Amino acid sequence: MKGLKIVVLAKQVPDTRNVGKDAMKADGTVNRAALPAIFNPEDLNALEQALKLKDKIEGTTVHILTMGPGRAAEIIREAMFRGADGGYLLSDRAFAGSDTLATSYALACALRNLKTDLIICGRQAIDGDTAQVGPQVAEKLGLPQVTYAEDILECTSEKITIKRRLERGVEVVECSMPCVITVNGSAASCRPRNARHVMKYKYARAAQEMQDADEDYLNLLHERPYLKITEWSVNDIQCEAQELGLSGSPTKVKNIENVVFQAKEAKVLEPSDEAIDAMMKELIVNHTIG
Amino acid sequence: MNSVFVYCEIEEGIVADVSLELLTKGRTLATELGVKLEAIVLGNNLKGVEKQIFPYGVDVLWVGDDKRLAPYTTLPHTSILVNLFKQEKPQIAFMGASSIGRDLGPRVSSALHSGLTADCTSLEIGDYEDKKNNKIYHNLLYQIRPAFGGNIVATIVNPDCRPQMATVREGVMKKEIFNAGHQGEIKTIDVNKFTSPEDFVIHVIERHMEKSKVNLKAAPIIVAGGYGVGSKENFQLLHELATVLGGEVGASRAAVDAGFCEHERQIGQTGTTVRPKLYIACGISGQIQHTAGMEESAMVIAINTDANAPINKFADYVITGDLNVVIPKMIQYYKKNSK
Ligand SMILES: Cc1cc2nc3c(=O)[nH]c(=O)nc-3n(C[C@H](O)[C@H](O)[C@H](O)COP(=O)(O)OP(=O)(O)OC[C@H]3O[C@@H](n4cnc5c(N)ncnc54)[C@H](O)[C@@H]3O)c2cc1C
Ligand SMILES: Nc1ncnc2c1ncn2[C@@H]1O[C@H](COP(=O)(O)O)[C@@H](O)[C@H]1O
Repeated sequence: MKGLKIVVLAKQVPDTRNVGKDAMKADGTVNRAALPAIFNPEDLNALEQALKLKDKIEGTTVHILTMGPGRAAEIIREAMFRGADGGYLLSDRAFAGSDTLATSYALACALRNLKTDLIICGRQAIDGDTAQVGPQVAEKLGLPQVTYAEDILECTSEKITIKRRLERGVEVVECSMPCVITVNGSAASCRPRNARHVMKYKYARAAQEMQDADEDYLNLLHERPYLKITEWSVNDIQCEAQELGLSGSPTKVKNIENVVFQAKEAKVLEPSDEAIDAMMKELIVNHTIG
Repeated sequence: MNSVFVYCEIEEGIVADVSLELLTKGRTLATELGVKLEAIVLGNNLKGVEKQIFPYGVDVLWVGDDKRLAPYTTLPHTSILVNLFKQEKPQIAFMGASSIGRDLGPRVSSALHSGLTADCTSLEIGDYEDKKNNKIYHNLLYQIRPAFGGNIVATIVNPDCRPQMATVREGVMKKEIFNAGHQGEIKTIDVNKFTSPEDFVIHVIERHMEKSKVNLKAAPIIVAGGYGVGSKENFQLLHELATVLGGEVGASRAAVDAGFCEHERQIGQTGTTVRPKLYIACGISGQIQHTAGMEESAMVIAINTDANAPINKFADYVITGDLNVVIPKMIQYYKKNSK
């Protein structure tokens, strides 16, 4: 069987799981600058599924596609350190303010540039928690989708067999290829960086990161063209401008409230026998218990 | 005027709780808007399903009965919804934020180019002023949800695209019968007309579904444990208190992650939302992702060694002390006083 062309959709996200005390400002707003930018966790699970297929099926290639600011090239590099062959950074001001529909439109347009056999996404991104982009990309490309994948059991160029993890159980499904898969956090975790790949790709850069590159770097790039991370702007994908960014986003944020609690008037008790005896009596008398 | 639609999930002949909860919410909003509430059920052997659905105040029930529609697969259900929505043009459409709803919703919204807001915690009707275009929209759906790991709450609107779509997790909305004798109209969906043969490219070859064993939502009393409980063995103490009081045991995510308790007992933003008569929080600090799932409890007792634990802000009784000391005393004095 010939190798597969796999594209993994991955996103760089603020680490909302570690919203520590300094990540919230005194006025209760989120201090984005204090949050580290990370590889969206479930996208690493997605990458691992792709790399496993690459191990198994000779000639398979794995590329990352990410839409984001120049800095997002970091996660493409990270994926290359772990075994991916390369990646594409889709970056343009025109994408700013995209909701999931506009994001999936842009990603789908970029994917049409890349003839792929299999597209693998994470289930959801921790900044938005929507889990919408994968299925929306699939719909835009007219491909079937398999969500919540936990393991790929079999894969040929015609069909793929996948174990899905659902709320209340598991399901094994067979789907025709090409298709879109979204991978659950319960799937195998991603392999660590490989020292050989780190050596090889340490200097890989996207165009936005090369703006102040010196002559030495440009010479290096000339010798090792694989260090160039492909960067695409709106002009490199075929798309309708009004479908992008804010204008392509049906959902608008009306307002945002920071969460502030108002303390209730509470009875504060010692953990003594008398206090607990009295409390239990009160709860019985007012029919809360008993 | 255009209706409010709810996609109802069905498993082994039983309509999912999350769908009935959405019908309850849908009924309220449809009444407020002065429009009809319509439901859709797709599956196999659906005869009699209206008996489960009409009591929630549904005016029109769309039924697509075909053996290829169960178990659920993405494409045929998507095609039917997309074609039905093109025909009926609902102003609002809801589905559960379940494995099915979160697979189906984005696909349908992408095909219709309509916005979709996932995991709403509250849904209201209101006006929206688009300041840039100097335009006022009346009676939009406010789709309210936590964002950014629960640190902010955002209100989302879809001014121009229809339907306005939202998903809601199980347990977030209340389920309430509107009128046991309510009767609506049944309309049959022509499945062959609304689907194409290419929609059936996915085959389910194996399936194991389990019924949830614990029912946190229905429990009047919940004894919830957090990381502060310390071990699986110590959780036994909470089970004892729950048994004595006739309640259920719940847990924070930290306790579940640490393996003290099963996942299905998790309460909070990524677990179940509960509103019991009494919530006893033992060794739970009270991070927002947890309190989002319990703040509507009628009464809260917080047991924590830290006098400044955030959970205390939600409490009616704050007991500053070790749960290993406090819980046995609660059991002891409950037994003494209830006689
Ligand atoms: C996207 C996202 C979703 C999340 N969803 C959820 C969710 O659905 N549900 C959820 O619960 N969490 C959720 N979390 C995690 C949440 O942020 C907190 O980490 C978690 O709720 C903390 O659990 P805890 O209070 O049990 O543990 P801790 O914060 O570690 O608190 C333990 C508490 O126990 C007290 N304690 C210690 N020993 C004793 C003792 N002997 N007696 C009495 N008290 C004692 C301590 O003082 C402390 O207050 C989510 C997080 C993220 C980022
Ligand atoms: N900007 C993006 N670039 C690349 N992939 C993305 C982007 N946004 C979302 N995705 C993919 O879609 C999945 C679901 O994202 P979300 O719908 O935001 O929860 C993620 O896990 C990624 O695989």
